[in-house]
Amino acid sequence: MLYALKIATRYLTASKAQTALLVFGVAIGVFIFIFMSALIGGLAEFILSSMAGDMDHISIQAEAVDPGLLVPGDGVLLVQQSSTETTAVLKDTAAFMPLIAALPGVTAVSPQVNGSGVLIRGALVSQVSVKGLEPGKESAIVRLASYMVEGSATLASGGLLIGKTLVEDMDLRLGQTVRLQSSVGIEALLTVTGIYEIGSGGPDRSMAYVGIATARTLFALPQGVTRVEIKLTDLYAADATALRIRALTGLDAKSWTEQGAQLLAALRSQATVGTVLKGFALLTIIIGVASALLLSTYRRRPEIGIMRAMGAGRWFVLVVFVSQGALVGLLGGLVGAAAGYGVLLFFPARESFGSQTILPIDITQGAYGLAILLTTLGAIAASILPARAAARLDPVTAIGQ
Amino acid sequence: MTALLRVAGLVKTFGTGEAETRVLRGLDLTMGTGELAALLGPSGSGKSTLLTILGTLMQPTAGSHTMLGVDLTTASDRALTEFRNLHIGFVFQFHNLLPDFTALENVVFPTAVREGRETAAARTRGQELLVRMGLAERVHFPTANLSGGQKQRVAVARALMNRPELVLADEPTGNLDRVSAMQVMQLIAEINRDEGTTFLISTHDEKIAALCRRQIVVGDGLVTG
Repeated sequence: MLYALKIATRYLTASKAQTALLVFGVAIGVFIFIFMSALIGGLAEFILSSMAGDMDHISIQAEAVDPGLLVPGDGVLLVQQSSTETTAVLKDTAAFMPLIAALPGVTAVSPQVNGSGVLIRGALVSQVSVKGLEPGKESAIVRLASYMVEGSATLASGGLLIGKTLVEDMDLRLGQTVRLQSSVGIEALLTVTGIYEIGSGGPDRSMAYVGIATARTLFALPQGVTRVEIKLTDLYAADATALRIRALTGLDAKSWTEQGAQLLAALRSQATVGTVLKGFALLTIIIGVASALLLSTYRRRPEIGIMRAMGAGRWFVLVVFVSQGALVGLLGGLVGAAAGYGVLLFFPARESFGSQTILPIDITQGAYGLAILLTTLGAIAASILPARAAARLDPVTAIGQ
Repeated sequence: MTALLRVAGLVKTFGTGEAETRVLRGLDLTMGTGELAALLGPSGSGKSTLLTILGTLMQPTAGSHTMLGVDLTTASDRALTEFRNLHIGFVFQFHNLLPDFTALENVVFPTAVREGRETAAARTRGQELLVRMGLAERVHFPTANLSGGQKQRVAVARALMNRPELVLADEPTGNLDRVSAMQVMQLIAEINRDEGTTFLISTHDEKIAALCRRQIVVGDGLVTG
């Protein structure tokens, strides 16, 4: 085996230019593989950080009251429409909060009192969704602190956080007092203590964050919450964690994948496209190595004949040519991986991905080891056919050529 | 003199049907240990085919072939490869060395391929052979840098590396000038005399044949003299 490896190495070093060209070709394939891995991984990271990054991964919401009540009797049906003025409430969640927070992978639990209302400033009125957050948990789900353009994300009593678009629409400024009337008709005077800019129209125009105590007053909910939002370290673990929460608490915990199926499908199809492109890169490597080794075996037919005449078995010849393939794959893999890493260093790190990022390439997702391993295995597979042809050569015919 | 090899009723045909060519037509031959024999005959008489079969590189269509008491006509490819490596050496007309290797690497090849590596013992033996061939200064030379006569002497050293009982030489001097040809033949005669290695040398050259103690003439696929 060692001796076959020596012969293989000698064959490669004997034709330096040809070997360099072959290794260069393989390295380009590996570079593409790594670039695609980093790009697809970076894109997924970018999409998730911009969309799912501010999304709750698991939510628990009170079940809506049955919209109708049918009372049969004497041919009369009584239909009672559910009230739009009452909000479904989760009454007994407080006891479960520490249990949920202690589950593996859970990074934040945010109990909320949510509803809708209108923001009134003189004659200007704007409809808003009201989110009542616990103090200290303002950035637990939506990273409000990172989007603040004025003021602070901390919700003090009587404080209000609103988006920049809404501020402009209502001609407001930081420290100004504004009236918020809830859907149940209760009003509160609040002070704008923070202005944020997320960058998407909805939250910037129609969301109002208040303290949970204020929200309780506004929606007349002295106890319980309307929603619990949970964030995880790994959003792909949401399904399993939601299942676990359901089993532990009996609460109707829903994974983001139930509501974000389209996002999940988009991420999956993007990953599939990446895999296909990487597959093509690998196929190119295999075809390149196979054709180069076929040429090499053809050129070395007389030598194969001599080796066979001197007592080299078919297995030995096979190992010589497969080793050449393995060495080319390994060398090309290492060169391509090093080049890939070197080039990716020039792209911004994923921590700095933002709205200005044109090519969100994540250097940590280059799959370098996998690229080297697959390339070496691919090159070995590619060399089997030419190696088998070499091993089967008739020594008499080969020597005569 | 004990019998080294025996072929009886050896037949070799190439092609089938109307294109069939019968090169050997029931050839019989026995060779003993320590013989130095020339194989003579016109082109197309079957000399090369006979050497190829005796070298276990080709199986006969019919007939028997035994060497050192081993029936080689029914042996597997693997067994023949092993047998060839241990007991038979080859010298070809065009030396047929491995071009990307040094003289020493070429010489030790038959041992290294069997042992899986170039051992120190093999290298010592290879060096001794090259010194004996008058190539002490060319041991680590790439074979591409050697002259025709030097290459053929490296080929003779390689054929002797595993101390084979039989060396088959197909026109070993056919591509050399007279001086180089005589040098190679003198070496062959020396080794035959000192080590008792059997040589069967295919040649058209009467002067080379005259240096051998036995002349085997092949004509029309049979031994005729």
